[in-house]
Amino acid sequence: MASNAAAPFWRAAGMTYITYSNICANLVRNCLKEPFKTEALSREKVHFSVTKFVDGNPQKPGYRFGVKIESQFLVSCFLTSELVYKNYEEPSVCNGCSAFGLRSADVFESM
Amino acid sequence: MFRRATTGILARTIRTRLFSTDLSAAQTIDSAFAEAWKKVAPNLDPPKTPLSFMQPRLPVPSAIPSKLTVNFVLPYASEISGKEVDMVIIPASTGQMGVLPGHVSTITELKPGVLSVHEGNEVKKYFVSSGFAFIHANSIADIVAIEAAPLDQIDSSLVQKGLADFTQKLSSASTDSEKAEAQIGVDVHSALNAALTG
Repeated sequence: MASNAAAPFWRAAGMTYITYSNICANLVRNCLKEPFKTEALSREKVHFSVTKFVDGNPQKPGYRFGVKIESQFLVSCFLTSELVYKNYEEPSVCNGCSAFGLRSADVFESM
Repeated sequence: MFRRATTGILARTIRTRLFSTDLSAAQTIDSAFAEAWKKVAPNLDPPKTPLSFMQPRLPVPSAIPSKLTVNFVLPYASEISGKEVDMVIIPASTGQMGVLPGHVSTITELKPGVLSVHEGNEVKKYFVSSGFAFIHANSIADIVAIEAAPLDQIDSSLVQKGLADFTQKLSSASTDSEKAEAQIGVDVHSALNAALTG
């Protein structure tokens, strides 16, 4: 019975409900007034570290500072925390940083 | 032709599923566990099981209650917890839905929009980003959302800017996923705009 129901446009484009919901939440957070906005953004910050494995051996673990990962589609630049709209495959830097000649690979290696 | 009629009817009445209004009140003690424990260790009290920590589901009252109990929760805080109100209007994906005490049990997905809680003469409005609303038979409404803010915490200049940005992105989008993101942006910002001006 539900197989004929029209899928919402985001599901037709390959997005899951969670990513859709997180994107909506981030857009709302970015529209808040000042003291609430910084509270909300700091509340949603995520800290992680990335360890690459080569030939079964862990390399030096990557960065450990707080970087927001909003969704598969929105990532924050490592240096300036500006939103970069990309499909998340490799971490990325924003246009400002790439204009300065900084590439995400360099940022990654320096950690 | 009618030889098996009675067997069919009998089997069906025994195995019919109950409506939510016919269920007995939820248990608080796991009686089978308590019995088994008493047999093995009669002098010790049985340890508490998760069932005893849960608050039992309130039974469905036979008369329609006069107030609706609302629980509005976000991942980081519970905005409204157990408050008794007259009505809530929730932004369901099928449109604004008004919920009064005695509303039929419903589960709806929410779209970005305004949630308003009406208590007597005062109305509290929140902008909800998305989520779900569960309305139970015993006039308890559970609304869960990822992000919600009272309308006065929203900056209208940022909303206008966002709307302009995303409308422009939508027209210049090429791949499906970009179009979807841009469309989501346009939807959310137009809902925010409507909430601020409406």
